[in-house]
Amino acid sequence: MRSSGQDQQQVRSIWQKLHIDLPLLLGILSLMALGLFIVFSAGGQSIDIVYRQAIRLGIAIVVMLAIAQIPPLSYQKWAVPVFVLGLLMLVAVLLFGHVGKGAQRWLDLGFMKFQPSEIMKLIVPIMIAWFISQDNLPVKISTIVWAFILVLIPTLLIAKQPDLGTSLLIASSGIFVIFLAGASWKLIGVCVGLGSAFAPVLWMFLMKDYQRQRVMTFLNPEQDPLGSGYHIIQSKIAIGSGGVNGKGWLQGTQSQLEFLPERHTDFIFAVFSEEFGLMGVGVLLSVYLFIIMRGLWIAVNAQNAFTKLLAGSITLTFFVYVFVNIGMVSGLLPVVGVPLPLVSYGGTSMVTLLAGFGMLMAISTHRRFHT
Amino acid sequence: MSPRRIIIRNHSAEANLFARRTFIAFVGVLSLLLILFSNIYLLQVDSFEKYQTRSNSNRIKLLPVAPNRGLIYDRNGIILADNKPVYSLAVIPEEVDSLEANIQEISKLLDISVDRQEKFFKAAKGKRRFKQIELLPRLSEQQVALFSVNQHKFPGIFVDARLKRYYPFSELTTHNLGYVARINRKDANKLKQQGKFENYAATHGIGKLGIEKYYEELLHGTIGHQEVEINNQGRIIRTLNYTPPVQGKDLTLTLDIELQMIAKRALSGKRGAVVAMNPRTGGILAMYSNPSYDGNLFVHGISSKNYKKLLNSKDLPLINRAVQGYPPASTVKPFLALTGLEEQVITASTKIWDPGWYQLEGLPNKYRDWKKWGHGWVNLTKAIEQSCNIYFFDLAFKLGITKISTMMERFGFGDYTGIDIHEESRAIMPSVAWKRDRYNKSWYTGETLSVGIGQSYWTVTPLQLTQAITTLVNHGERKVPHFLKATKEIAKDEEGVSQSTLEEVIYEEQAPLVLKQEKHWDLVLEAMHNTVQKFGATAHAPFKGAKYDAAGKTGSAQVARIKQNEKYDAGTTQENKRDNAMFIAFAPYKNPEIVVAVAIENVAKGGGGTNAGPVARQIMDQYFGNREITSSMDSSSSQLNAKTLQHMHQSQLAQTQESD
Repeated sequence: MRSSGQDQQQVRSIWQKLHIDLPLLLGILSLMALGLFIVFSAGGQSIDIVYRQAIRLGIAIVVMLAIAQIPPLSYQKWAVPVFVLGLLMLVAVLLFGHVGKGAQRWLDLGFMKFQPSEIMKLIVPIMIAWFISQDNLPVKISTIVWAFILVLIPTLLIAKQPDLGTSLLIASSGIFVIFLAGASWKLIGVCVGLGSAFAPVLWMFLMKDYQRQRVMTFLNPEQDPLGSGYHIIQSKIAIGSGGVNGKGWLQGTQSQLEFLPERHTDFIFAVFSEEFGLMGVGVLLSVYLFIIMRGLWIAVNAQNAFTKLLAGSITLTFFVYVFVNIGMVSGLLPVVGVPLPLVSYGGTSMVTLLAGFGMLMAISTHRRFHT
Repeated sequence: MSPRRIIIRNHSAEANLFARRTFIAFVGVLSLLLILFSNIYLLQVDSFEKYQTRSNSNRIKLLPVAPNRGLIYDRNGIILADNKPVYSLAVIPEEVDSLEANIQEISKLLDISVDRQEKFFKAAKGKRRFKQIELLPRLSEQQVALFSVNQHKFPGIFVDARLKRYYPFSELTTHNLGYVARINRKDANKLKQQGKFENYAATHGIGKLGIEKYYEELLHGTIGHQEVEINNQGRIIRTLNYTPPVQGKDLTLTLDIELQMIAKRALSGKRGAVVAMNPRTGGILAMYSNPSYDGNLFVHGISSKNYKKLLNSKDLPLINRAVQGYPPASTVKPFLALTGLEEQVITASTKIWDPGWYQLEGLPNKYRDWKKWGHGWVNLTKAIEQSCNIYFFDLAFKLGITKISTMMERFGFGDYTGIDIHEESRAIMPSVAWKRDRYNKSWYTGETLSVGIGQSYWTVTPLQLTQAITTLVNHGERKVPHFLKATKEIAKDEEGVSQSTLEEVIYEEQAPLVLKQEKHWDLVLEAMHNTVQKFGATAHAPFKGAKYDAAGKTGSAQVARIKQNEKYDAGTTQENKRDNAMFIAFAPYKNPEIVVAVAIENVAKGGGGTNAGPVARQIMDQYFGNREITSSMDSSSSQLNAKTLQHMHQSQLAQTQESD
């Protein structure tokens, strides 16, 4: 047993040389594999859609592994210029952006379309973590105020596109850094208070009609069962009718007969719950919990404040994805366009997400090389 | 932003702070995951049944399947109401490559009007692309053939067949069978009230008139259901379950279609009706009202032009005259004579002097006999044979209106006979109470005299007359006139083998009309026998040379009131004010098998004997003869016969297939 322990030590060091965090990779790969099966079921049982998703996943994994090779402390050098560039691109999106699905999110670079808000998902936590780690922890109030402003600018620019889901994720990634940096509880209390005071302003002036409609629908989906409440009602029916054991893979009537909208993207969790039931949901949530625990473990064991804050923020933001998506699909939260991470069909957000995991792996594996 | 400074960091304090915060965040993550899980637990465990039901109601749909309507046959198994496939051209837009080009091409092939094409494109806009839309209704056989040859060029376009009611004898049977037509809002409301609407979910037509209406419940059958799985567009994915419909019962009528044909031929060119009935059962052998109309027109929805034509026709073809009231005139004299005997105001030997007129004491009005110079001494038998009015004026005066109406009501006059169609009229049996109700006036004796010769307010339907003669020839045993002889139920057993069960309809026995003296029946019947058999009696001529022993009574009803001392002359009287001719008959005299009543409106000249009598004669000749119709009909009727044979052949074929 001792020898096998030594082998393990050796194995681990190989992984470390490759800058791969094995538990994290296993968690990610198992979710991706599960995702492919559900995408097949939700996408009208077309193998094409599975191929396309697999290719995207492959690209995303390559991106993750590439990023894992970059020492995390080097991010700090690039934090400010990239952040500023990101903000400029967001402004450019608002001015000349390409309109798709009723929102202005895309920047047409001629050879490719590009979504700057995705990049911001990575830059904002880096920027805030760098900014806060300049000083000793716990973070000072003045720093928090500046940090808030830094978070708010991209958040508002993205909310204006409008892309409520992404702006929410970006805001939380910044706020998590501030929280983990030890913002005083008093301040947190004041912020929550201010936030609730800000809600009516958000409702009155900043939200678009369709966003308000989503909230209204969330509060009472049955008032318009064929219109805007349809998504939520059908989703709840899909989940509820799955029962404990589920209807079986490819047997979900709500998804196979297309009653469920956005089956292979935002509402893929409903397909999963319908076909695999409460048991499946338990397993899925456990895998997510495992990844989050691993992420937080990496954060706690990171070697300096910057990497700790960054790792913590990436992990908790990943959780926000999970929570917002499942919460929305199961009727706990209003409908916001957030995919189920690592499972939903779709490219852009997947790459960003895995880039984040690449940074986590870098933080986990590069510490030896640093004092 | 502050410039980079050199700061002294307390790494372990920072690590502790961070660890604490991370732990708090982890607790937050855990509790939020728990909330998610509990919410999903609520959905999947606590509300499982609710959502399962809703999921099923999303995907499972019950498609109603219409039962086939029961067929109607005459007494010899000849089909009178059939279900015939009607072909229409239908299109499923989704399956047609270039819709407009294809529609144009097929329109050229089948000569489809631009209007129809526009109608189609309009309909196509509002429907799902996988639902079929009708392009051309009611294809002719040539069109079906033409399309079938070219079908391979038009994927997504096909011939759709649907069963529709078809009456092979068209106007010959319309007044009896009625017809089936589209369920309108009124029908739908009625069905809803009766709680039968669901059973009609897939049914297009409903019996509107006659037997089709009366026996709607028997004919319709029970709806079947196809349980299908559908997707969110309503497209059928697969069939989960199938409950076949139970087809309606087939009806066999007492009607004899050959006798019916004779009735039609006998009445051709006349307005009137004839009813022939079997007095032993009450089964209607023939009932025809002329002119008639083609019920098939209504099956497909009659055009308003055609309907107006029927509605506004002076000859009133829509009315079933067999169940409408006519002044009975002298045809009711046998019944009045019987009343006199029963009430003992006369005997068989009572004699009256007929000078050609009758006058009530103290009144100036003279009531005339049809024979200007009178019949001289008249007894009961002679009074009926010669249809002597004076005898019956005197009899009616002696009886009084109350005794007359009471007895006549016992024969069924003034009331529904109970026949199995709804169009029947009660007609009018006047009485003191009736006149008070109707006109709020008292009864005059003069009116009693008119009632004595079947005039005044009195009206009877030809059907009531057949019912009354039936009671007479049966010595008081009453029968309810009816069409339905037997029902046939075809049910499939578990192996899908059809089994048919024939069930004869048994009609309830009626309380008999009992006279104080049984011999009075024969007295009157014998007088009716004489009326036909005695040379010179009123009904002798029409039955001269008949091979069977008939009895009967004539009647000529005044339609217009003739003023005192005015002479009626058919030639100078307006057509619609001319006399009606009536006739009742039965045969054979001993043990009658058939009773006949005839009413003909506004005859040119002569009375019941010359106009209505021959109609009854032809019916009886057919009934007793060797089915003369099959040998000596003209060419148009032999065509009908060919059709008949074909139908018989088909039904036999169907039967052999069922028994296989």
